[in-house]
Amino acid sequence: MYSEILIEHFSNPRNVGVIENPDGYGKLSSPVCGDLMEIYIKVEDGRIADIKYRTFGCAAAIASSSIASEMVKGQPLEVAAKLTDEDVAAALGGLPEAKMHCSNLAASALHLALEDYYQKHPEARPKG
Amino acid sequence: MQKARFIYLDHAATTAVDPRVVEAMLPYFTEAYSNPSSPYRFAERARTALREARAKVAEILGAKPLEIIFTSCGTESDNLALRGVAFASRKRGNHIITTPIEHHAVGHTCEQLEREFGFRVTYVPVDRWGLVDPDDIGRAISPQTVLISVMYANNEIGTIEPIAEIGKIARAKGIPFHTDAVQAGGSLNLRVDELKVDLLALSGHKFYAPKGVGVLYVREGTPLLPMQTGGGQEHHLRAGTENVPYIVGLAKALELAYEGLESEVTRLTALRERLIRGILERIPDAYLTGHPVHRLPNSASFVFAGVEGESILLQLDLAGVAASSGSACTSGAEGPSHVLTAIGLEANLARGSLRLTLGRENTADDVDYVLEVLPGIVRKLREISPIYAARAS
Repeated sequence: MYSEILIEHFSNPRNVGVIENPDGYGKLSSPVCGDLMEIYIKVEDGRIADIKYRTFGCAAAIASSSIASEMVKGQPLEVAAKLTDEDVAAALGGLPEAKMHCSNLAASALHLALEDYYQKHPEARPKG
Repeated sequence: MQKARFIYLDHAATTAVDPRVVEAMLPYFTEAYSNPSSPYRFAERARTALREARAKVAEILGAKPLEIIFTSCGTESDNLALRGVAFASRKRGNHIITTPIEHHAVGHTCEQLEREFGFRVTYVPVDRWGLVDPDDIGRAISPQTVLISVMYANNEIGTIEPIAEIGKIARAKGIPFHTDAVQAGGSLNLRVDELKVDLLALSGHKFYAPKGVGVLYVREGTPLLPMQTGGGQEHHLRAGTENVPYIVGLAKALELAYEGLESEVTRLTALRERLIRGILERIPDAYLTGHPVHRLPNSASFVFAGVEGESILLQLDLAGVAASSGSACTSGAEGPSHVLTAIGLEANLARGSLRLTLGRENTADDVDYVLEVLPGIVRKLREISPIYAARAS
């Protein structure tokens, strides 16, 4: 059912943990299955300088948060803002339809963390 | 560390077919393949095999051959029992009593009877171990009650229900009593007069027979409307040309199971206890689900705080162990298992379930391997988990 990439990210998830005093924090629970993600970001010069997360959920959920963290770490905020569940699923080598809500959870939790950052730093929010 | 190998610990899901069962079945595919109903001499061997299989099953159940119906599976047996009795009794009443921890073959059938056919279903609650109180069943009986259905042993948590006590109450009120014995078949006493049941469902692939064959015991005199109508097979209760090789296989497998039952139950129980004790000792915040004593000899079911079931399963799979979980992610359902919810487990804890069910080929080495790898799996997943961190702080 799962690709090798997914199994690798599930077995050795990257960037697990918390950030004390994060610049942005997002917590999201999936209504479908009760999976839960907490994402922490540190922002410097308009980039995600550091990202950490914790995930309660199935292999696809854990792998989604791991690969999403890799995809945005060090990147400009706009990259994180544009990240979709399909991007995450594609990076994992594809997900069965029933598991797309896991990649959606990762992307959405990340967006919540971004939104939290913009609320604290309205001047950083992109215009338009 | 033992070298990686495949350890199958999901016998409640299914079992391999015993080679002796395969051997018993083979002649009926290519040699004695006739339709048992055919009149010529060539059909005699198949007809005899069918009769002997039926007699063998009847003997193990302490029933009459005419009370044994062969079906395609446990689900069909349960469907036939519920719908068959409900529809046959519809002029007398429309009330059914069951529990909230039944297998979906019973639960979803009851839901359909209620939703589409005007029946009323009472789900008598269970306690934290999944046990139903026979007196609660008694109190739920009404003048419209036409059927009581309580499973013999639960597939997710292993709890064995007080079937004989419930049967006594059902009998006193003259209400047909069905038990889904799919998980019990091959391990527990099936003697229908001792159990005081009127209908009993079995599934071959849980006791080393192939998938695709089951049994429904129907006590003589029980009202039952046939669901599958046609050529009159199975005492006019379940039409269709008899699947002779599979029926032969089921009877052989049941015979093998009950031949050496006591020693195998003792052996499995010892392995089960080794597994349960080991897991509870080595993993903090781990809880046994189901009754600690009144449980299937081979069933070890747990919940682990702070981690999700499917992720445990996949890590076990990577370590070479096949097991099961009631988590939504595994079953594709929404929400945690209805059984774990019914015994009062909080939703997140219910999501961290793991079921290990032992079988004939499992050894103490298999158990010890699981005890070696599982603690590390749970610990690693807890490090990733936001929920376990919240509990710890």
